[in-house]
Amino acid sequence: MLESLKIMINQGKQFIPDVTKAKVPGIFRGRPVITTVSVNEHKLAELCPTDAISTSPVSIDLGKCTFCGECAFAYPDKIKFTTDYKIATNNRQKLIIAEGVDEPVKLDPERIRKEISDYFSGSLKLRQVCAGGDNSCELELNACGNVNFDMGRFGIEFVASPRHADGIVITGPITENMADPLQICYDAIPDPKIIILAGTDAISGGIFAGSPALNRGFLDKYSIDLYVPGNPIHPLTFINGVLELIKKRKR
Amino acid sequence: MKYAVVKNNEVIPISQIPELEYKSFMETNVFTLMSKKHNHCVSYFGFPYNGKIKLICCIADDEQHVIYVSSSVVNTQHTLASFTAKNFVFEKFEREIHENFGIKYKDHPWLKPVRYSFNRADKTQTISNYPFFNIDSEELHEVGVGPIHAGVIEPGHFRFICNGEQILHLEIQLGYQHRGIEHLFLEKKKLLQRTTLAESISGDCVCGHTTAFVNLWESLCNYEASHDLKYARTLALELERLAIHTGDLSAMCTDVGYQLGSSVFGRLRTPIINFFQTWCGNRLAKGLIRAGKNNYPFTDQLAKQLTALIDSYEKDFNIVVKKLFSLPTALARFEKTGVVTHEQALMIGVVGMSARMTGLNRDIRSSHSHDLYAELNYEPIIKRHGDVYSRGQIRREAIRQSISFIRRLMEMVPTENKGADHLLAPAPDSFAISLVEGWRGEICHCAITNETGELVHYKIKDPSFHNWLALALAVRNNEISDFPISNKSFDLSYCGHDL
Repeated sequence: MLESLKIMINQGKQFIPDVTKAKVPGIFRGRPVITTVSVNEHKLAELCPTDAISTSPVSIDLGKCTFCGECAFAYPDKIKFTTDYKIATNNRQKLIIAEGVDEPVKLDPERIRKEISDYFSGSLKLRQVCAGGDNSCELELNACGNVNFDMGRFGIEFVASPRHADGIVITGPITENMADPLQICYDAIPDPKIIILAGTDAISGGIFAGSPALNRGFLDKYSIDLYVPGNPIHPLTFINGVLELIKKRKR
Repeated sequence: MKYAVVKNNEVIPISQIPELEYKSFMETNVFTLMSKKHNHCVSYFGFPYNGKIKLICCIADDEQHVIYVSSSVVNTQHTLASFTAKNFVFEKFEREIHENFGIKYKDHPWLKPVRYSFNRADKTQTISNYPFFNIDSEELHEVGVGPIHAGVIEPGHFRFICNGEQILHLEIQLGYQHRGIEHLFLEKKKLLQRTTLAESISGDCVCGHTTAFVNLWESLCNYEASHDLKYARTLALELERLAIHTGDLSAMCTDVGYQLGSSVFGRLRTPIINFFQTWCGNRLAKGLIRAGKNNYPFTDQLAKQLTALIDSYEKDFNIVVKKLFSLPTALARFEKTGVVTHEQALMIGVVGMSARMTGLNRDIRSSHSHDLYAELNYEPIIKRHGDVYSRGQIRREAIRQSISFIRRLMEMVPTENKGADHLLAPAPDSFAISLVEGWRGEICHCAITNETGELVHYKIKDPSFHNWLALALAVRNNEISDFPISNKSFDLSYCGHDL
């Protein structure tokens, strides 16, 4: 007993006091900033493993980007990844970062359904479905609930049964073999319900886009409430995105 | 000669691999090579070859530190005698060959689909009609779990046959995670795309699979990695091992209801993966390992940070791990739960820590050394009991061993870091093999190129490919409530298996 108490005291405070203002250590690759410096745009776009870079004008689609950072290494004057981890949004278009733009990625309040702040602002239970995810986003979603990030303090939790859930968090590019189980799970969640896509693979297929082993038909049927980019997502990106989505808004 | 003899990361012209009659191919591999205890099968696969299928079998000799590669060309119309009927380690490899190419075996005891790959030979077989083994009895009942599990984990289906609370049989059906990675390795031509694919084979073993890929690619391009590249890869592999074993001890505590251990091990993992972010900008080391270059040289400044981090980690780790391993309630759940015997491990060809917990010394770092492991004089950690407790002990000691390696690596930080090198084109008409000991165990990547040096086949084997069957055997005669702790103590990969 005494030993356990000692261990507990020894831990001190591990939680991040304010997840909306926390700084990430090191050289995290978050929201990119693209300058208007002129470079060989064709070569730049050619570099990208997932065709996330478009030309004239240059832009990076965070829904496709694997955040490998190779473009920033090759063209340091053109592209810089900042440590801004707040890159989740509910508008797919806002994930496309254009050159010369250095503004935070935000949610579109107009697009947030009224039920979301009515029902979910104090408590949101989520069912996660991994549909071809490589277990990196899954590890980070688990980390959201650990003692450091402690998402539970906001009433946001993952639950086992879809019957207890208010929404679904999809990771992975959605394989053919998971298409049916995903649909069954979504159908089992009572209305109203939300859909969150976590990670580049889920948003666009990422490096797997166009693979014959995928079936992304599910995404054509429903509107998406939150896109959380990352490879894998950072827990702070996820938590801040969800908090923005469910916060009480004056209408 | 009935086989070519190669070393880890060696490239040979495909013509140097002897092409045997199927009967002689089988005799060579099953009777001659596999009759020795220190030999084991690291990969056995087929690929389309002039309208037929060429089978390539790679048997590793852990004593001589070489790999014996032989081949045979077979017609898909013929029915073959299976290796499996004579030696069970080939069971899943032959199922995979059957599933992908429709090759029939007359005496394979368990010819079921492996992962329902998109390019399987028989499209009438779908994942929703998997032929589960069942027993007709009024006293027994079946429990189906998955594909979607209770926690935030990957999908797979477990079908138990139970007598009351006791598990008689478990069948594990996988394939839900199949993304067609091996096919994409051929489709995507850019090196960065292929490296990104390697990083996505299994996101909890990024360093393991990416090191296997870049080592293979560099050898195909006849490129000798400089010391600083090997240094970074070795350090990354050990940091990954440290992080995952810590996280798994946390999960094992969760599964026996020990909240304090779960929280403390959980938070101890955080600084390790945050260090990856400090080093390379990604908590799971995506972006760190690249063929022919290192975008993130390891500096003295980083070494100072890591040394301080490891010191404080070790202090806290020792206190909590001592507590866990002296806690009667935890030990009661760990000991004699989920046992795999040495004989079983040998029979089914288990690798990595799951082999070492049964006294079976299988570790690529010592037997087919790569990167800096020869310099570190690596000695495998061996346990004997094969239960959850042994797996916990192996994780505890692997953590301590990784710490000591990291400390030694901190004394030899490279003074110069070479910039990016331009890689030559891959060698034409060649076969390359790369083995890496990831934290789960042996990872094997094989590549075959055509006359222009283009990839015509890429074969990936995650240790989980061997080890899932060990979990199924481990839980027999256990209470079904002990399944989660058994499962977590192995922590096998679904996506690494399904590819």
